[in-house]
Amino acid sequence: MMDKETIKEHGITQQEYKKIVDLIKREPNLTELGIFSLMWSEHCSYKSSKIYLKKFPTSGENVIQGPGENAGIIDIGDGLAAVFKIESHNHPSFLEPYQGAATGVGGILRDIFTMGARPIATLDSLHFGPLSVSKNKAIMEGVVSGIAGYGNSIGVPTVGGETFFDECYSLNPLVNVFCLGIVKKKKIFYARAEGKGNPVLYVGSKTGRDGIHGATMASAEFGEDLEEKRPNVQVGDPFKEKLLLEACLEVMEKDLVLGIQDMGAAGLTCSTTEMAANSGSGIEIDLDLIPQREKGMTPYEIMLSESQERMLIVAKKEKVEQVQDVFAKWDLDAVIIGQVTDNQHLKVNSGGQKAVDLPVSAIVNLCPVYDRETKPYSPSPPKVEFHDIPLPDNYESIFLQIIKSPGLSDKEWVFRQYDHMVQTNTAVLPGADASVLRIKNTSKALAVTLDGNSFYTYSNPKSGGKIAVAEACRNLACVGARPIGVTNCLNFGNPEKPEIMWQFKEAVEGIAQACRIFHIPVTGGNVSFYNDTEGTSIYPTPVLGVVGMIHDLNKITTPDFKGPENIIILLGKSKEELGASEYLKKIHSLKKGPPPEIDLEKEKRVQALCLEAISQGLLKSAHDLSEGGLAQCLAECCILGKKRMGCQVDLLDSIRTDSLLFGETQSRILISLERKHLDVLKDLAKKIEVPFSIIGKTGGKQVCIKHLGKIIIDIPIQKVYSSWKNSIPNHFKII
Amino acid sequence: MRFGIVVFPGSNCDHDTLYVLKHVLGQESFFLWHKDHDLKQADCIILPGGFSYGDYLRSGAIARFSPLMQEIKEFALSGGIVLGICNGFQVLLELGLLPGAMLRNKNLKFLCQNVHMRIENTETPFTNKGKPGQVLNIPIAHFDGNYYSDSHHLKKIIQNHQIILRYCDSEGRLNEESNINGSMEHTAGLINENNNVLGMMPHPERASEILLGSCDGRIIFESIINYLK
Repeated sequence: MMDKETIKEHGITQQEYKKIVDLIKREPNLTELGIFSLMWSEHCSYKSSKIYLKKFPTSGENVIQGPGENAGIIDIGDGLAAVFKIESHNHPSFLEPYQGAATGVGGILRDIFTMGARPIATLDSLHFGPLSVSKNKAIMEGVVSGIAGYGNSIGVPTVGGETFFDECYSLNPLVNVFCLGIVKKKKIFYARAEGKGNPVLYVGSKTGRDGIHGATMASAEFGEDLEEKRPNVQVGDPFKEKLLLEACLEVMEKDLVLGIQDMGAAGLTCSTTEMAANSGSGIEIDLDLIPQREKGMTPYEIMLSESQERMLIVAKKEKVEQVQDVFAKWDLDAVIIGQVTDNQHLKVNSGGQKAVDLPVSAIVNLCPVYDRETKPYSPSPPKVEFHDIPLPDNYESIFLQIIKSPGLSDKEWVFRQYDHMVQTNTAVLPGADASVLRIKNTSKALAVTLDGNSFYTYSNPKSGGKIAVAEACRNLACVGARPIGVTNCLNFGNPEKPEIMWQFKEAVEGIAQACRIFHIPVTGGNVSFYNDTEGTSIYPTPVLGVVGMIHDLNKITTPDFKGPENIIILLGKSKEELGASEYLKKIHSLKKGPPPEIDLEKEKRVQALCLEAISQGLLKSAHDLSEGGLAQCLAECCILGKKRMGCQVDLLDSIRTDSLLFGETQSRILISLERKHLDVLKDLAKKIEVPFSIIGKTGGKQVCIKHLGKIIIDIPIQKVYSSWKNSIPNHFKII
Repeated sequence: MRFGIVVFPGSNCDHDTLYVLKHVLGQESFFLWHKDHDLKQADCIILPGGFSYGDYLRSGAIARFSPLMQEIKEFALSGGIVLGICNGFQVLLELGLLPGAMLRNKNLKFLCQNVHMRIENTETPFTNKGKPGQVLNIPIAHFDGNYYSDSHHLKKIIQNHQIILRYCDSEGRLNEESNINGSMEHTAGLINENNNVLGMMPHPERASEILLGSCDGRIIFESIINYLK
């Protein structure tokens, strides 16, 4: 009889244990309990989120693979498909920032090349505590160098992402890694174990004791035992993964394998059982054959190890030697450890003894699904009252403070540590609305962006979800790309708390609704619950990764002003809204909602206009308005280019000046164009029914903003630039 | 012209270099596997960027022992044209085909960005299509690019005009700020005494198409093609 303490230690409830006993008609042994603890963990089973994730639209004419596989796949024409996915590596990155982040990159890369695709780009969404705290700086430094250390070495460019700061991430930073790959449509591979008697091969690194219980760790809150959990973090070897990547793509190109699955979270356990479950087959393996890094590992340890850079392959029987030759060429082990069976069981032998004998479906498909209690906030979060906010007298100093707020300031300190150019596809470098990657040997490019605003989502989860999708798509529209698919990483607190579960439900609904209106399929993603440390939850942080298509490489647009005497136009209309803004947080120290309103139909029209204007070649620049509002957006247009370019702007809306400058009204894009195109643009705007205002022109060496004719900001561009540029580096200066 | 691009385990700019030579510049180009002993009658050997053997131990330190390096060394010593880019430069230093060594960048961080460099010497197989003093805009991406040499060798390479590319600002001025990684003598590209082996940290293959922001890297490749013609 398994004692209660052991069961509890494995994160399994008494009811779940009863269900296990019912399913297998006996008590599990310790190894088997370990297997259940991994596969029934929140991280692997999605048991609390499953019922909500069904709400996402997942189909579309170009969808080749929706949720459920290692990554989603969208047809992009020319016989090619885009493969992409986002994953979190939050818990490990807090415990051991460098290795946590590095193995996060390694894991998502394997998800992509497992499907036969060559990874062409990664992006990261990073959330840290404020940089005024040295521990947060150390975490950020470790995470950034971990991402760099892995991505640079393996030769996949890290082309963008986002970096935000808030107290709620001090004890629970978020590291979400997105990867995009390209695959030939005819060479897509899946996690399948088909054909009785076909050999199962173990390839890649040897198995060690690292990472045991990683997935279980990601499915619980952190308490005071943090330091003890450090050994649960895996250690990455990007060089090994590079060899694995090349060898796997080579055996796939040569059609030597039937099915392939990476060993990520839950390692050997997950890969064997999922491959068998996907094919309705079984797998039998012998642990004595597993390449091991250290002696005396028990079956429990081998099955639960999360050692990195390993894959499981089911090969065609007659081609095993050829598979082994390819791996030998790349100096890697490829060992037959077992075979496919037809009895729908996972059988594991060790030292001539049976160590595990479990029905695959019990492990993979029959995990309990929970409809957890949800409860709206009570009381609801505070809302801002305009009369509480004094109108500032000096907008210039406020403007400079906003610009250098770490979340809004320049991120070059981060991205210049990443090789963002390797593979020579990066047509738009990090720092723009979206990163753009050309697809070699075609006239196309793909644009990618990651987006989310956790404080919006906290203040109103449904709006926050909608805005995340809307803004990500707006980012794409600004570079000239139409969205083709979405992946998301949903970072939330403990789902056993009804308010957290409510946040989740609402946010998913918002995201689903927006995706339906934009006609973009969700092709997969990741849920990260239990982002709580010592009882405090993070803000709900859904991160949207959206991929867009650019059909004509010559039509790529960037945010920076390109020359003097261009007309600056604001698409959309500014409203009197300040809730949840950076301005309120930074200048008035108020964390109050509500987030800006979002009208998805209106949003769609603004994006349609931007895209149409770009495709007609009318625009010199386009830039999305988001955190920091119009002032931030104008500043970036002035300073992002190689040649910095001033502007003279007069805003004529009769609303509060602070709201006009720093309010974060949605569905707005700032564009610039030559005067000769103005009439065509006006006609287009009328046709598509988008309100717009001509607010000024480019040129000069000042950022000059008037409100109703009165100068409120008039600052040399160099000063704006250095405030923005030096903010993050100044935090890391060694005195 | 036949270009052989060496593939070490961990090379990751091999495909990029091949793409530029083959598809942008129309040259006959092919990979050379590090375990082979055959240079396939290449007229020019390129050691591409990347992290050969993970750059474990020290950048380029293990790659120099690859079987093919024997042939490459003989090829170079008999006057063959060899270009080492980034990790390739590091391998050439480890191999002893070029003097000196690389230290960590002065800010102790990996650096990936566009930088400027000045052509100091146009009488080489690698720079003959450039103008003396011409400023090139080519990206770097490395952790260990801070060139170091003892004073004896340093004196010699200066005298022989072996530093053929120097980090500079956009106007071609040499200053502390533009010497991005802290290299001695602002060294971005170093040629051997016999004028046939060049190591450079910047990546010319990343600056050979206007879509990627600069075509200045082509000067290096086109000079080689011109020289071998």
